[in-house]
Amino acid sequence: MLNTKTIAELSAMLAAGECTSVDIVSDVLAAINARDGKIGAYLTLDRDDALAQAKAADAARATGTTGALLGIPVAIKDLLNVKGQPCTCGSKILEGYSAPYDATAVAKLRETGAVLLGRVNMDEFAMGSSTENSGLGKTVNPWDAERVPGGSSGGSAACVAADEAVAALGSDTGGSIRQPAAFCGCVGLKPTYGRVSRYGLTAFASSLDQIGPLAKTVKDAALLLGVVSGHDPADSTSIDVPVPDYAAALTDDLKGMKLGLPKEYFVEGMDPEVEAAVRAAVKKCEELGAEIVDVSLPNAKYAIAVYYIIATAEASANLARFDGIRYGLREDGADPIELYGKTRAAGFGPEVKRRIILGTYVLSSGYYDAYYLRAQKVRTLIRNDFIEAFKQCDAILAPVTPTPAYKIGEKTGDPLKMYLDDILTTPVNLAGNCALSVPCGFSSDGLPIGLQIIGDSFKEANILKVGHAYEQATDWHKQKPAF
Amino acid sequence: MKYEACIGLETHVMQKTQTKMFCGCKHEYGAKPNTNVCPVCLGYPGALPVMNARAIELCCKAGLLLGCGINPRSKWDRKNYFYPDMAKNYQITQADEPLCLGGQLTTEVAGETKTFTIERIHQEENAAKNTHISGASLVDYNRAGTALMEIVSNPCMHSSSDALAYMTALKQIMEYGGISDCDLEKGHMRSDVNVSVRPVGQKELGAKVEIKNMNSFGFIVEAIEYEIDRQIGVIENGGTIDQETRGYDTDRGETFSQRTKEDAHDYRYFPEPDLLPVEISAEQIEQWRSELPELPAQRRARYVSELGLPEYDAGVLTAEKAVSEFFDETCQKTKQYKLVSNYLMGKVASLVTEKEISIADSELTAETLAQVAELVAGGTISSSAANELIEVLFTEGGDPKAIVEEKGMAQVSDDSALEIWADEAIAGNPKAVEAYKAGNAASINALMGCVMKASRGKANPPAVIALLKKKLGA
Repeated sequence: MLNTKTIAELSAMLAAGECTSVDIVSDVLAAINARDGKIGAYLTLDRDDALAQAKAADAARATGTTGALLGIPVAIKDLLNVKGQPCTCGSKILEGYSAPYDATAVAKLRETGAVLLGRVNMDEFAMGSSTENSGLGKTVNPWDAERVPGGSSGGSAACVAADEAVAALGSDTGGSIRQPAAFCGCVGLKPTYGRVSRYGLTAFASSLDQIGPLAKTVKDAALLLGVVSGHDPADSTSIDVPVPDYAAALTDDLKGMKLGLPKEYFVEGMDPEVEAAVRAAVKKCEELGAEIVDVSLPNAKYAIAVYYIIATAEASANLARFDGIRYGLREDGADPIELYGKTRAAGFGPEVKRRIILGTYVLSSGYYDAYYLRAQKVRTLIRNDFIEAFKQCDAILAPVTPTPAYKIGEKTGDPLKMYLDDILTTPVNLAGNCALSVPCGFSSDGLPIGLQIIGDSFKEANILKVGHAYEQATDWHKQKPAF
Repeated sequence: MKYEACIGLETHVMQKTQTKMFCGCKHEYGAKPNTNVCPVCLGYPGALPVMNARAIELCCKAGLLLGCGINPRSKWDRKNYFYPDMAKNYQITQADEPLCLGGQLTTEVAGETKTFTIERIHQEENAAKNTHISGASLVDYNRAGTALMEIVSNPCMHSSSDALAYMTALKQIMEYGGISDCDLEKGHMRSDVNVSVRPVGQKELGAKVEIKNMNSFGFIVEAIEYEIDRQIGVIENGGTIDQETRGYDTDRGETFSQRTKEDAHDYRYFPEPDLLPVEISAEQIEQWRSELPELPAQRRARYVSELGLPEYDAGVLTAEKAVSEFFDETCQKTKQYKLVSNYLMGKVASLVTEKEISIADSELTAETLAQVAELVAGGTISSSAANELIEVLFTEGGDPKAIVEEKGMAQVSDDSALEIWADEAIAGNPKAVEAYKAGNAASINALMGCVMKASRGKANPPAVIALLKKKLGA
């Protein structure tokens, strides 16, 4: 059952000749065959191609090639372009589109010899927190099939939690990696804005989007991050900061580290079990040698309002290109404008339409100053909060979500209620820094709970260190859902 | 009541860059449709723009040539509109923080020196080219995303002649500056023209009418004249001018309403999150300034003061950059500046028109033209032979001296030959001889003509005159 193992373990086995990439991919495919009918993580999967890539990786290894990800299968969220594969973004409007190029992060995986497994489900264009907004399929939480896996990277989290992949790439615009990781009991990392090239990542909100790993352990997340990070001339917003060896810098204790606890993050209406689990995790970090200090993020409470203005404004322009002219769905009309209208009416789901309308509205003449400009100013205040906080600590500890995974359909009737669930994750995207979600317990219903470890810009090494030390001292991450 | 027109031009100039504004696709005219395209300029999911540094340089240099200030920090914005000429359905442009601000252009309008002020120059990306055929529209994305800058003048012009002088000077500066080829037929330079009228003495501008997207100077002049008359007519008949966008119907010579203020687009501009602001250091600006080429006005002044050419010659030679560069190159090889100027304005210019071949595409070179000038100055060939020689060099090329020899173009100053022709001329034209002797000095020209004809243009005119005078006992 090689599919249950971590990248670090498999890498060692491959190096020692104890297994082949074909063995690993075969076990992963077997797991997918056995239970993806129930989980629904994958949208498309070319089994033959996956095995062919595995064979090629084995052949490369036979000629002396090495690498942490050589021969390791990684699932890809369906909004990353992989040359020759579909890239639907969970939307009907991109049905039939085949990517003509590799996203930079994908190209980097390819270069290291990782096996690019199938495409996993997501909320349409990454808009949502439950994967219920996918226009193409339903994904359930591996821990409880009646519950959502979280979103928008719900497929990425579910396939890792269900051992249907060794690791996955997702993207996080307002919590879309961390929240599903918390809901599904795996590790998820949102890197600093500019750490990973966005080239080839279908844009939802360009100033917030980041590609990041979902994995079984913090070390695996560190390995994956190390591969996909780095400056890319094709993305002007990627920043030329050296990429450290994240995995090598992991240690088992937290001596000398100061960890901040923001009082504003223990919000009203928070599930007591979540709060208890997170507070216990804070205690555990203290036992590991960290000093806990109180910090304040007073403007975090505005994050949801700011986020839903900026993200929708950018999305309204980013999604304008899906017009039926060059690729994807086309519903013919008498003239281009009618064609656009019909195509977009048929291709986009209700949540995407809602956000395009909202974004169009906030940018409209006469409203721009009151909404978009004001939101940008508050965004600066939120960023300044983090800058101040990180003068006092090396990382911040917080919950990821106010509650564990909720029931499918529970919140679909009330979009605002669903938006509010992003309260603990959106501030980090607005500020542009990094954050990690690691398993820190289970609810009485047996649902995973996540600990959020927030780091300063380009201080991924800090949060990975905290996450790894905590993980080594606990065994939440070793628990598996029953099938 | 007397009215005054106020005219402003928004001129789009396609820059001479190798690649497009935000991707590495080639920028070339006339390529097979949709061959110079990539995920970026086709607006594919996930593709991102990257700035073309050369385009930024050219835009700033255009600004420096027009006396603009260069913004140390400018930014990009998205202009949102749905149309199949824009793959992303938004255009990357600069809304409120353009690369260049302020500036002016001084030129002559009907003998009067005028200065027109420029509000700004911003950088943006070009749209694709749409071709509408029966029942369908075809889109060629080769042009999509090419570098395009917009030069916005203030509404400081008051007549179609002002506008024509402004556009002509602007075109000349862009060509001289190496910013653009400004080939109007290839759409390198297109203007939106804003026209309003107001009673003379009124300070506020009248309601502005915008006439969109014109590439012919002639049509722009016509459209402005029509529009001024139309607006005055409407006001005089008690009507008001509405702010609107009009098109120009070139067949009817009229403007027509396209879009009123009410259905004007809301472009929903907002800062482009995929690109960083452009930061330009003072050192960079000075570096670019030091690389600026000589402008037509400076060049004209140099021709007069350093080369001793008449103002008229300087004006004609600098009207086209290619001609003045050819002139400069030729003057590196000969000091006969005025002769070279004469040939470029005369014989060479008429050959260019007649044969429809530019100097650059002809066989004539600066070296051969310089040799022609030297041959004339040295008395080896006559002026008429020079014209004949230039035609040969223009169409066939070759070594001027060899051609002179081969075709027997050299002047004859040899007395024995001249004597025979002079005697024949005197014998054959008794009337002219009589008139000359009676005091009509000009009559000698008739005799001179006969000698030249007999010599087939090869006789050296001063020598012929001297000989005739001697023979006629003057």
